[in-house]
Amino acid sequence: MTSVSVAPPVTAARRGGASHPSGAARKRRTFVVALAFLAPALVLLGALVVYPIVFTLIRSFQDNSGAFVGGTNYLEMFTNQSTFTAIRNNVIWVVVAPIVCTVLGLIFAVLMDRIKWQTAFKLIVFMPMAISMLAAGVIFRTMFQQDPELGVVNAAITATQDAVGGTSAFPSAKARPDSGIAATPDGAIATEDAVDVGDSAIFPLTGIRAGDLPASATQVEDPSSAGNDEITGAVFSDVIRGGGGTPGVIEDGKFGLPGVTVQALSDTGTVLASAVTDDTGRFTLSGLDPGSYTLSLPASNFTAGATGIDWLGPQLITPVVILSYVWIWAGFAMIMIASGLSAIDRSLLEAARMDGANEWNVFRRITAPLLMPVLVVVFVTLIINVLKIFDLVYVIPPGASKPDANVIAVEMWTVSFGGGNDQGLGSALAILLLVLVLPSMIINVRRFRQDKNR
Amino acid sequence: MKRRSILIAAPVAVAAMALAGCAGGGAPSGGDFAGTTLEIEATWSGAEQENFELVLGLFEEQTGATVNYTSFGDQGATTIGTQIEGGNPPDIAVVGQPALMQQLATDGNIVPLGDDALAAVEENFSQSWVDLATVDGDVYGVYFKAANKSTMWYNADIWDEAGASADAATDWDGFLEQLQLISDAGYSGISIGADVGWPLTDWFENVYLRTAGPEMYDQLTNHEIPWTDPSVTEALDVLATLWGTDLVEPGADQRTFGESVTEVFGADPKAGTVYEGDFVSGVIADDGNSTVGENALFFDFPSVNGSAGAVVGGGDVAVAFNDEAATQALMAFLASPEAAEQWVPNGGLTSPNNNVDTSLYPDDISRQIAEALTGAEAFRFDMSDLTPSAFGGTTGQGFWQIMIEFLQNPSDVAGAQEKLEAAAVSAYAG
Repeated sequence: MTSVSVAPPVTAARRGGASHPSGAARKRRTFVVALAFLAPALVLLGALVVYPIVFTLIRSFQDNSGAFVGGTNYLEMFTNQSTFTAIRNNVIWVVVAPIVCTVLGLIFAVLMDRIKWQTAFKLIVFMPMAISMLAAGVIFRTMFQQDPELGVVNAAITATQDAVGGTSAFPSAKARPDSGIAATPDGAIATEDAVDVGDSAIFPLTGIRAGDLPASATQVEDPSSAGNDEITGAVFSDVIRGGGGTPGVIEDGKFGLPGVTVQALSDTGTVLASAVTDDTGRFTLSGLDPGSYTLSLPASNFTAGATGIDWLGPQLITPVVILSYVWIWAGFAMIMIASGLSAIDRSLLEAARMDGANEWNVFRRITAPLLMPVLVVVFVTLIINVLKIFDLVYVIPPGASKPDANVIAVEMWTVSFGGGNDQGLGSALAILLLVLVLPSMIINVRRFRQDKNR
Repeated sequence: MKRRSILIAAPVAVAAMALAGCAGGGAPSGGDFAGTTLEIEATWSGAEQENFELVLGLFEEQTGATVNYTSFGDQGATTIGTQIEGGNPPDIAVVGQPALMQQLATDGNIVPLGDDALAAVEENFSQSWVDLATVDGDVYGVYFKAANKSTMWYNADIWDEAGASADAATDWDGFLEQLQLISDAGYSGISIGADVGWPLTDWFENVYLRTAGPEMYDQLTNHEIPWTDPSVTEALDVLATLWGTDLVEPGADQRTFGESVTEVFGADPKAGTVYEGDFVSGVIADDGNSTVGENALFFDFPSVNGSAGAVVGGGDVAVAFNDEAATQALMAFLASPEAAEQWVPNGGLTSPNNNVDTSLYPDDISRQIAEALTGAEAFRFDMSDLTPSAFGGTTGQGFWQIMIEFLQNPSDVAGAQEKLEAAAVSAYAG
């Protein structure tokens, strides 16, 4: 490899040497000195960059045992469902994350340019950069847990929803099967058959913990006898602590459920009478015309607390991971842009303001164009960074949504080392990643050159 | 206590050594290996290492040999591979993966058991364990430590409150009835931690071993029958009778295994039961809110359709790299009940050795685990540990992931089977 890069200057030196012997000797000496200075870097580059790339390229045409298989790995890469998801997610990442980071960074930088205490604020926005990606991933995974007792985001959401919607005393209650009552589609529990006026009905419910019964609840009693415009009944927990008893029967050891609303409904569902159970679980619906009615315990008795949003589920997982990335990297964008901003000649802004431009026009016509080189550098750097995103995607998704959050770098690791043990396919994925990163690298290198020439 | 067991053990072992001497012909009289140094390595470190060194200590005492123990942590395959390449393998290694033993045997790195060791193994172990240590008709290994992955752990406080009884949960229907009682009492019947999927593969393996039997289990493990086989349908149907109901605590696919244990044995238990292997007792002890043996108890994985007792599990197998007399004597010693009985009273060892005195186990739970293991009609190694890791050991892919999808949608048995078969085909080919 060294000899290849050496070759052109040597021939150049020889050609020069024919006409100007002394110059040739000097050039050769310069060259040797240059080579001596470059050698350590070349050796390092060769060993750490060129050799791995070449080896990966060769490896990508082999199967996991090292036999040559041609383009099979590349074919599998583009036909395999999980790789396809990874590539799709990478596209989403590249489209969304750098833009959001750069725009947020720009907003922060421009706004903070105008406030007191800007160093303090910048420090806060920049702080996440000081946290390792792994730790940030753990933080986000915990924050977005679905269980409101674990995840702070859902805790906030459910607290708000519960404050608005309220909860009930018996959210987990279910109808005892085969006891004449059943859950309705709207969440209520109703009698399966209509109940005649003058009769009584019982509601044996299960799924209520003995420890969760209200303190006032006492032993359930048989419904009192009903008058000729009444229906009576009892709502009770059909479970005896410690087991035993007959399902669906009022007996010793079962507790009445106080405070449950009971309604008598007409055929069309209109509420004709309503009552609330007492401490023994009994209720009396009165003022009914002769006939038969469906009795219902409306859903408001059983409203469960809000359960929160399934942040880490298959649908929302990629947005959540991208959010965590933005949280970390917006600070980087802000610092870069802010330094570009401080380099802008303020007199240009002043001149524009003197000419009557409003702040928006000053930003759009003066600040933004002057910042453009910095914005491009930030943007391209972020694209490269996003393409090879690994740690956050590895840490945040729970196992069940890992396939939906997959990106190329994670897929590469999984098939090579995470159990797949197919380093051929892994190498093919690595080459794909390299090819995707190359354009941005080239753009960045070009810009550096232009900046140097300017 | 310890002293007494040594005294009892010594005559037996001396007799064994005498036998070894006769069989070996030219071996030193009385099996005296003074001056011989043996190298043995295993995964154990910390307390486990101390206990294993206690076992080796008895051998040293009996034979005068010096045994050096080295722990290779979780790098067994790498460490042994490097040592073999360097031409300096240990005398004996205790490995946790049957595939590694198989590999070493086919590559000719380890030797079959000598006559004495083989006799000891056949005397003390059930056929399942001998089969597991057999490669191409030769017995290569001695299983020293075992894990029982057919244990159903329950919170006795909740089961008592609900009036459920472990005695009634010996078969699948009874098990579901007990879970329904738990559910009636306001708790979830069972908590499953399906975050990554491996506990689900253990569920399947237990049910499959019961519905299809050990022979089919072996065939499926080796992919000799496809995953679309009717026997797989039957096992998945059985699982669906539980997974498709509200007896399972909601949110299983986002719960880690550790969290599923906490849901049952933590400070605020929400479910009554959790399934996994004997290591659950360690998780419960770490959590600290329940006490193993008091309110944290277990029963054997219920039988399905009247199946006989069967255990899915794992184990660490000792293999010898040479047939020197001293090495083989140590192999025979490891196969003897006396060896295991050095460690058993200190806890942390479940011995697959049938002749270990189970009264030596330090508590009822570990004794119950060991008795379930040695008493089982059939023992099979955890299937997902025997299949190619691309199929049975990769997060987000293959067996693990497809079982998660099946848990999310237990009505799609045929779809799950097709996906399993497709994943198996590509993994076994590669």
